[in-house]
Amino acid sequence: MREISTIAVTQAVRDACIEANYHLPADVAECIGRCRRQEPFAVAQDILDNIQKNIEVAAEGVYPLCQDTGFAAVFLELGQEVHITGGSLYDAVNEGVRQGYTEGYLRKSILNDPLRRVNTKDNTPAFITTTIVPGDKLRLTVAPKGGGSENMSRLAMLKPSDGVEGVKQFVLETVEKAGPNPCPPIVVGVGVGGTFDQVALAAKRALLRSLDEPNPDPLYAQLEQELLEKINALGIGPQGFGGRTTALGVLIEQLPCHITGLPVAVNISCHVTRHASRQL
Amino acid sequence: MAIQIQTPFTEQAARSLRAGDRVLLSGTIYTARDAAHKRLCEMVARGEKLPFDPMDGIVYYVGPAPARPGRPIGSAGPTTSYRMDAYAPTLIGLGLRGMIGKGYRSSQVVDAMRQYGGVYFAAIGGAGALIGRSIKAAEVIAFEDLGPEALRRLQVEDFPLTVVIDSEGNDLYQIGRREYLESLNR
Repeated sequence: MREISTIAVTQAVRDACIEANYHLPADVAECIGRCRRQEPFAVAQDILDNIQKNIEVAAEGVYPLCQDTGFAAVFLELGQEVHITGGSLYDAVNEGVRQGYTEGYLRKSILNDPLRRVNTKDNTPAFITTTIVPGDKLRLTVAPKGGGSENMSRLAMLKPSDGVEGVKQFVLETVEKAGPNPCPPIVVGVGVGGTFDQVALAAKRALLRSLDEPNPDPLYAQLEQELLEKINALGIGPQGFGGRTTALGVLIEQLPCHITGLPVAVNISCHVTRHASRQL
Repeated sequence: MAIQIQTPFTEQAARSLRAGDRVLLSGTIYTARDAAHKRLCEMVARGEKLPFDPMDGIVYYVGPAPARPGRPIGSAGPTTSYRMDAYAPTLIGLGLRGMIGKGYRSSQVVDAMRQYGGVYFAAIGGAGALIGRSIKAAEVIAFEDLGPEALRRLQVEDFPLTVVIDSEGNDLYQIGRREYLESLNR
């Protein structure tokens, strides 16, 4: 067994919270640049210029990319040969979020309860997903997710007869309904298959993939490409003022499923699609 | 060319703006989002005096990130406006002239804007660093317990905005999309 201390976990989570909120991943920033060069509509060009300027200002480390520094979605890939020492792993993650959000001057957006609605004042608890994997490492990814785009996300339990056309229609309808609300250009995470609960997680996990990496399965890679073209033909454009660039990418994650069902979930993310990882 | 506007934002100034106009706003504005709006409307219902006078005022839907030492505010981009739709007509009825946010509004909000002469502006969602840097002063004036949702008074200078819905109900979200799609056929 390899030992990893909770102190190291806390430090890694703290650093990842801050990095993710000030430095946009290179694939997202480069995609915005590419879309700007391809954007034919003047109003949209101007918005994309401002979005690029915003990325530069944030990288100076004073103002985070967006005031909504998100809820801290934390993905842990825990090697089965790792022994965590010095206390609870989840307490250590939450302590990292507390330190990162306080010391990084990030907004505290988490409430203790959906109906009582009292701010916890340190952005905890984190929303943690753990996967046990072979090996003796702990890989952690912090993906701060904004609430405005999260609110535009949807899930449907389609019938097998709805097929791929049903999936496409649901994704397009979700983007169309969202319109300007989730701060387009958006990144569209799609989960297909699994169960009611698993499909939503698949959609969220899909958002962690690089925009430069198509789905490894050619069937789904082709579907990602087709959906992106259809979304960018809607005309919503950056901020909903019209234009080509409605989405930067569509990322699908598929799962095995039951003979009765075709679950589909769409997790919408804004142009500030953030994540930072550490390996211990 | 951007149009310069100031606060107090009069009915005449509001009615002169059209959907799609770019403006640069200077003056004093107030921040409020979900929880602050709920409290403001509860105060109105109880007949209490509000922490600021909505007459000819502008409210910015924002929950800013914390200020670093020596800075007035942190990142400060707009939040999604539809969540304030339930409350906005009450404030517009009291003379509120402008709202700054992003995203769709309800027909009740647009009706109130038409009736009283109001304008709905959008700031660039997700450009919070750029906007935060342009805010000159910020001060919490009420509901401090709400943290990022507290009511703040801001001093802004040349804050770049776009008129999305004007006082006649014209909507850039429809117009812009149509114009783009039509431009493809030209």
